[in-house]
Amino acid sequence: MGWETWIIATLSRTLAYGTPLLIATLGEIFAERAGVLNLGVEGMMIMGAYSGFVIAYTTGHPWLGILVAGVVGAVFSIIHAFVSVTLKANQVVSGLALTMLGLGLAGVLGRGWEGLPLFTPIHKMTVPVLSSIPVLGPILFKGQNLVVYLTMLLVPVLWYVLFRTRIGISIRAVGESPATADSLGVNVTRIRYLCVIFGGFLAGVAGGYLSVAYRPSWTQGMTGGMGWIVIALTIFAFWNPIYGLLGSYLFAALYHLSFRLQAWVSPELLKAMPYLFAILVLIFVAQGTLKKKMGAPAALSVPYTRGEE
Amino acid sequence: MTAPNWLKIERRPVASGRTVFIISVLAILAALLVAAIFFAAYGISPIYAYYLILRGALGNMHGFSETIRRMIPLLLCGVGLTVAFRALFWNIGAEGQILMGAIAASGVALFSGLPGPLLLIAMFIAGFLAGAAWGLIPAALKAKLGLNDVITTLMLNYVAMYVVLWLVHGPWKGASMRGYAYTDMFPNAAQLPMIGSTSIHWPTLMLGFIAAVVMYILVNRTRSGFEIRVVGENPEASRFAGISQFKTTMLVMFISGGLAGFAGVGEVAGIYHRLLDPSQISMGYGFTAIIVAWLARKNPLAVIVTSFFFGILMAGGDVIKIQLRLPFQLINVFNGLIMFFLIGSELLIRYKISIRRR
Repeated sequence: MGWETWIIATLSRTLAYGTPLLIATLGEIFAERAGVLNLGVEGMMIMGAYSGFVIAYTTGHPWLGILVAGVVGAVFSIIHAFVSVTLKANQVVSGLALTMLGLGLAGVLGRGWEGLPLFTPIHKMTVPVLSSIPVLGPILFKGQNLVVYLTMLLVPVLWYVLFRTRIGISIRAVGESPATADSLGVNVTRIRYLCVIFGGFLAGVAGGYLSVAYRPSWTQGMTGGMGWIVIALTIFAFWNPIYGLLGSYLFAALYHLSFRLQAWVSPELLKAMPYLFAILVLIFVAQGTLKKKMGAPAALSVPYTRGEE
Repeated sequence: MTAPNWLKIERRPVASGRTVFIISVLAILAALLVAAIFFAAYGISPIYAYYLILRGALGNMHGFSETIRRMIPLLLCGVGLTVAFRALFWNIGAEGQILMGAIAASGVALFSGLPGPLLLIAMFIAGFLAGAAWGLIPAALKAKLGLNDVITTLMLNYVAMYVVLWLVHGPWKGASMRGYAYTDMFPNAAQLPMIGSTSIHWPTLMLGFIAAVVMYILVNRTRSGFEIRVVGENPEASRFAGISQFKTTMLVMFISGGLAGFAGVGEVAGIYHRLLDPSQISMGYGFTAIIVAWLARKNPLAVIVTSFFFGILMAGGDVIKIQLRLPFQLINVFNGLIMFFLIGSELLIRYKISIRRR
């Protein structure tokens, strides 16, 4: 295999694998920007993967599967919103509980659905004309599916919402200083609920993408820790959708590059690579953040009660 | 959140131990009530199901032995986690620390050639140190670089898992094991004694009890324990008081990782007598131990009770699987629900809610 084909193949896979990471990261960015840490991403993703597959399989409509996956993720996230925003419980524990519940529930419900092939996945497509551009064409416009492009489009949209609109200002204010936001008439509880639910929706969609497009089938634990990598990527992204895109693709590229070491490293150790990368990536970020003022939302994972500061 | 005006919500000064106990029990009952829906959905009477779980876990010697066998790793990990949680260190990595303990113990058992009782002692020491070392990595990363402890501990779980897989498929694969991914069997001297014909490896159980008592004394009666509390409850104040956050973080993770390492030694030296698939060495003990520690309200002595309770649930999981033919993941659903009800109920501990008289 020549160098050019090799680079094209690797980068093309990078986009495919980076997409679910990016979708879920965008959602977690919104939840955390509003001050709610949701460690339940893994649980919401697996529930999305399960329900997306079941709907796509039974109805034959993959897009309906993705939509239902998002709705299931959103419904699931309401539990976390209720426990952490309304009951003001510990967000770390609540998120972990959500992940346990999701993995358990998907395991219980998903028994009997395993190993079935999905005959109607979201198809890969080739964009006419554009796909014949040398190098870039085959990477970007050949063998990818529509979700990949929609996700890329979503990035600038969400960036705009977060940094250039009133609702974006409200979200960030709620995450930085809920008391100030409250005194300015922003409904802290409502914003937090909406952001957590939006995050849950995207995590569900990311799971649905896995079972309906990326690997059209359902298996137990098919998210394999991606939800946790999303939490790391959110930090890496400095809670900014644009950096979220860079981080997700960079991570996915490293992930696929590591498989090129197959000749020298055993397959078991190679599988450990992404998790080590996640730590390395955070170490890399930590070097920068100590000096710059680009840290986490100030009120992240702090419940808000009016009059108690 | 505005409450309807017939409800009166006041902040409690400090909830009494009895209040906390009653609220915790009610929370668990509420969780089991919700979980009953699942049994009903499968057409099984929930009362019958819970009866089967209890009978299976406590009704005979075999069940009781299975319960205690599950309790041992939960006790060791749970005690360690109470200490880590007190310093507000989120150790979600007990699972990986268990595996590192198991690896180190297996290495000593198979390759050290130490004689007699020295061998088991060396295995426990190696296991403790390996688990502690695995715990010190995220501790140092948090204390020095401010890395998120939840992420690093979790990621290291996966790394540990793949290291075990690599060892049993590769360099440590047993010659006598045909195609299977196991190491060779440990020599007899590396196998823990049992109580009678049960699967209760009592030396590890004793270590668990000792750990609970020692840690109770450490956190309540020593200067280190005081420092751990200050770092956890008020990091600002700890800086003024000249308490080293670095040292405290490293200390709690040395303990927490080390005790999880002990649990790993117990599994390979007590139950399996070889290193094998990571999902068999630890069946999610490291994660369940989080609930065990939380339910114990971070009190190391109370972990003895809570780890026993979750031992029953885990042994009951076998009953669910075998007798009721339900998927074992139902246990994860139980765990998740219990955790939600538990932290949800904390509102009742912090606030006193009563009905206002008109």
